[in-house]
Amino acid sequence: MPNSKLKKLTPVQQEYQKVALRRMPKRRVGVNCLRAFLVGGLICLIGEGIQQAMIRWGGFSKETAGNPTVAILIILSVLLTSLGVYDRIGQWAGAGSAVPVTGFANAMASAAIEHRSEGLVLGVGANMFKLAGPVIVFGTAAAFIVGLIRMILTQEG
Amino acid sequence: MLKGHQSWIFHKKPVIVSTAAVVGPFEGRGPLGEDFDIVHGDSRLGQDSWEKAERTLMEEAASIAIERAGITQEHVQFYIGGDLMNQITSSSYAARTLTIPYLGVFGACSTSMESLALSSYIVSTGGAKYVLSGTCSHNSTAERQFRYPTEYGSQKPPSAQYTVTGAGAAVLSMEGSGPVVASATIGRVIDMGIKDPFNMGAAMAPAAVDTITAHFRDLQVGPDHYDLIVTGDLAKVGHAIASDLLDKHNVPMHKTRFKDCGMMIYDYEKQMVQAGGSGCGCSASVTYGHLIRKVRSGELKRILVVATGSLHSPVALQQSESIPCIAHAVAIEHSPEPPKED
Repeated sequence: MPNSKLKKLTPVQQEYQKVALRRMPKRRVGVNCLRAFLVGGLICLIGEGIQQAMIRWGGFSKETAGNPTVAILIILSVLLTSLGVYDRIGQWAGAGSAVPVTGFANAMASAAIEHRSEGLVLGVGANMFKLAGPVIVFGTAAAFIVGLIRMILTQEG
Repeated sequence: MLKGHQSWIFHKKPVIVSTAAVVGPFEGRGPLGEDFDIVHGDSRLGQDSWEKAERTLMEEAASIAIERAGITQEHVQFYIGGDLMNQITSSSYAARTLTIPYLGVFGACSTSMESLALSSYIVSTGGAKYVLSGTCSHNSTAERQFRYPTEYGSQKPPSAQYTVTGAGAAVLSMEGSGPVVASATIGRVIDMGIKDPFNMGAAMAPAAVDTITAHFRDLQVGPDHYDLIVTGDLAKVGHAIASDLLDKHNVPMHKTRFKDCGMMIYDYEKQMVQAGGSGCGCSASVTYGHLIRKVRSGELKRILVVATGSLHSPVALQQSESIPCIAHAVAIEHSPEPPKED
């Protein structure tokens, strides 16, 4: 724990946290990075495979093949989520399974399944974006700011 | 009755007439699977929501315990119980089904021993002939209330704990035979500034240590008084820290066996539970399913169950509060003599 956080604690609490820290199991950062690299890469590879298949057999162009590819990845992710597999992959893969399309679909589908018992509107509808909501809010805000900077730069340039 | 600062000693010892433990499939596959009365094959118990499943666990455990005591629910004066849900709904709705006058209590995972201590007190003072004490928890209801949706694919750190799907209930009375409650120590709220809900073991360990040392001080006994001292659900990390702290306080814990319900209920090799089990249902099902059998048979003469609870809410933690924790201890003894009344 960083020192700045420790300062707010009483001496007894500080002392305890030092004792407790010694028993904290270490997160296996190296292994996690490797797994994230492998799984994240694999998901992207599958995506690329689908995209190439769409171009070769689906009659899509390079520009339009992205849409059906994303749709298939979303369906796969939602399927794995509903079958109770995606969370296990997530525990093993760490950040690897959080790659945008499938990770986002999992965040939405898991929340939707979870709140099905409270009804379609106030359950599923209201809670579907519980986890994915912040991504959209800050994604939109960030896009706006980046767009603004770009506009200013291109105006001046 | 009051002994020392915060303990009750029961001169007339309340009898745990009967107990019952009902768990989900995952707990059934653990090392204590044989000791539970019902192991459900479906963690939803055929209900249409997780919350109803949790409630059903409690209702079943209560019904079995009452039936085993050889009475019906009309004979039970009070039901004291609680769980982890907001407004302790599982217990309250179970009480609606049971139609027994009800006292809802909350001490997070420590509720199991909180309710047992209160039940013992009421029975020993003649406040009731029969009291039912029981708690429950469900992995999926706790996951969604305290953490993320169950199917959300995030990685849990190795210090995280897995909420037990299970319920335990006990019927107490001054009559009948069975293990007896000898004493109880009510814990203080201890906050050591831990803020990580995925590290509840470290947050709860000081509370367990505080209650254990208070119990020894109040009753003027040492760890060797007990065959087994078992904490509620500190799991691997918390239990190791608690052992360190007790060592530091020069409590001779090597003279007894010191275990943890959260470490006993799962098989670390085969089950993906990170640090171990937690939840009201953890200490309740392990105590009322597994430990009580050993006390009844005399394999264990005296045990001290120290149920630990972290009293935070997700909102409090989002407002950067730390996790306050509590632990309640109840001493259960083997009673060799047949009931006097018979």
